[in-house]
Amino acid sequence: MADVTLRKVIKRYDDVEAVRGIDLDIADHEFIVLVGPSGCGKSTTLRMIAGLEDISDGDIMIGGDVVNDVPPKDRDIAMVFQNYALYPHMTVAENMSFGLRLKHYPKAEINARVTEAARLLDITDLINRKPKQLSGGQRQRVAMGRAIVRNPKVFLFDEPLSNLDAKLRVQMRIEIKKVHQKVRTTTVYVTHDQVEAMTLADRVVVMNKGRIEQIGTPNELYHKPATRFVAGFIGSPAMNFIPCRLEDSGGKLQIRLADRIAFALPPARAVRYNALPRTENLLLGLRPEHLTESNAHLEPGVESFDTVLDVTEPMGMETLVYFGLEGTPVCGRVNPNAGAKDGAPMRLAMDLNNMHLLNEATGVVL
Amino acid sequence: MVLRPTVRMHLRSRPIWPTAHSTSHMKAHVMADIVVEQGRAVRTASKRKRTSLRNAMGRKSTVAFFLTLPLILLIALLVLYPAVYSVHLATLNKSMQRFVGFGNFTFLFNRDTFWMVVKQSCIFAVTAVFFKALMGFIVAHFVHNIPAKGQRKWRGMLLVPWVIPPAMSTLAWLWLFDPSYSAFNYTLSFFGIGPINWLGDTSWARFSVILVNVWYGAPFFMIMYLAALKSVPDQLYEAAAIDGANWWQKIWFITLPMMRNIIAITTLFSLIVTFANFDIVRILTSGGPLDRTHLFATWAFKVGIEGSDIPLGASVSLFMVPILAIAAIFILRDVNKRGNEA
Repeated sequence: MADVTLRKVIKRYDDVEAVRGIDLDIADHEFIVLVGPSGCGKSTTLRMIAGLEDISDGDIMIGGDVVNDVPPKDRDIAMVFQNYALYPHMTVAENMSFGLRLKHYPKAEINARVTEAARLLDITDLINRKPKQLSGGQRQRVAMGRAIVRNPKVFLFDEPLSNLDAKLRVQMRIEIKKVHQKVRTTTVYVTHDQVEAMTLADRVVVMNKGRIEQIGTPNELYHKPATRFVAGFIGSPAMNFIPCRLEDSGGKLQIRLADRIAFALPPARAVRYNALPRTENLLLGLRPEHLTESNAHLEPGVESFDTVLDVTEPMGMETLVYFGLEGTPVCGRVNPNAGAKDGAPMRLAMDLNNMHLLNEATGVVL
Repeated sequence: MVLRPTVRMHLRSRPIWPTAHSTSHMKAHVMADIVVEQGRAVRTASKRKRTSLRNAMGRKSTVAFFLTLPLILLIALLVLYPAVYSVHLATLNKSMQRFVGFGNFTFLFNRDTFWMVVKQSCIFAVTAVFFKALMGFIVAHFVHNIPAKGQRKWRGMLLVPWVIPPAMSTLAWLWLFDPSYSAFNYTLSFFGIGPINWLGDTSWARFSVILVNVWYGAPFFMIMYLAALKSVPDQLYEAAAIDGANWWQKIWFITLPMMRNIIAITTLFSLIVTFANFDIVRILTSGGPLDRTHLFATWAFKVGIEGSDIPLGASVSLFMVPILAIAAIFILRDVNKRGNEA
């Protein structure tokens, strides 16, 4: 087990920079998830840590040692691939013990480790089967078992759940978390699924276009996104971005969303945003759960307004409502009993205590 | 779908004319096959009552049989008939007048030359196939590692020996092997070696025919192994690299097991073809010197055609069958076993 450090790591393919200078400190025992849209460089970063890709510039350290030119086999890492990459001609036990056999571990030791890992992953019955005879979830477990028996310094997961169906994915997600709680190996996990990232990670690294947008705990990213990209990427349904402006009205700071809609900002927010220029084009960032049905007792900072719903999506525990605000599509979450109907007028409430204000041009959260 | 009612009407309107029935029914059947996945309507159509003839004509296996009939006839004419005929020939005496049973075989078993041919054929086939496979495997790795852009060109060039008719290319080799003024001996003379009597010395003659056969057959292995290499997922190598395998262990534990089936099948086919080789030996040495390069095919030609003992020649060539059959059983059994895995 070890910490992993990336210093200004760059990956260039001919003229294209896939990874543009990554700085990342991963502590011992930590579960780090790299998340981002396809092509953001997250897989490349993982493969550089594994040693499957050369790094064009910068340093990668595992356990304090620079491993830039160390081949994968000498880095003491284990990797779980998206399509599992099990050896089809070997049984489950042979697959899991392959690395140990190559290193000439004593047979008793190999058996003990394989048995232990199989027990941990609940695949003891499958130990003599070939990968072809296993289901997707079982293959996934074997791939993890192959990583565990090696007892490496670092686990690397490359989108390990994306080949599974939705139900199994949730199940294996929990499984992975359980395994990590038991073995406590430093883990770097790549996914494009923000739910996976949020549920698994100690800290999430959001990447976009080869750069790190933000590093933080799942809650930090959700409640205090640094950029429009992070704000829009984390959370489902995504955060609403409504064009707006700041105005002074009777000594109070207010936010104007449309000709007819303007709300006074809550005091704490007014202090925070007071220094901003009034002419700038801004975006109001508001998560759907902060756009709910209005009721008689509105908390301070919660403002109500009337709108006409375009579409409603009953989800059971909540109903998603979609409507337009000056041409901007907006999504809200209301109580299923609030009487939201397609095409019907509805009075909604906006919780400005949880608002975000973004600079439209730079995408920075203010 | 739209046509079906018309077909049905057609069937009903002329119930006494069986040929029209079967043909029109076949049409309906083909249609039914095409739309079979689309809906229930088809199933109701196939429930219609049929005569047994119509039934037989409509069955898929019957249609399949008629479609493959031309090929079956061709094989029967060109393979089965000659094979049976050669068995018949092998039981006759030299003048083909009298039935001698196994006489030709007992005669062969008592001749040293026959056993020499058996031994030579085995040495020739096994050595040539082994080196063809080895060369093909090595070259396939080289080609596989050429960047995709230039690979086509190399693949094409490396296939040349295999696409030239062997009779022609072997003529070129014949000149290269010429003892007094060939390119080989000329080049070797600069190093103070030779001249080597490539085709006149028994050991060198055996070496030469094998060399030419390897040269001719290796590209086939190369292209087959290249295809097999390309079908091994890169991630297996990456997983192996992370598991700690070096390049040799990757070949031994990943490449070879993954290619096992294709290796078995190419080896089997090449073994059969090489065992029955005729043209290369015929052109280079005609079996000489002292019959030391004769194979079954060339020797069968010698005793059968040149020696005017057709039954004996047929017996010689028939002797290849049991040897190859045993090899085929062993190799294909392994393929079947392995086939369940990947």
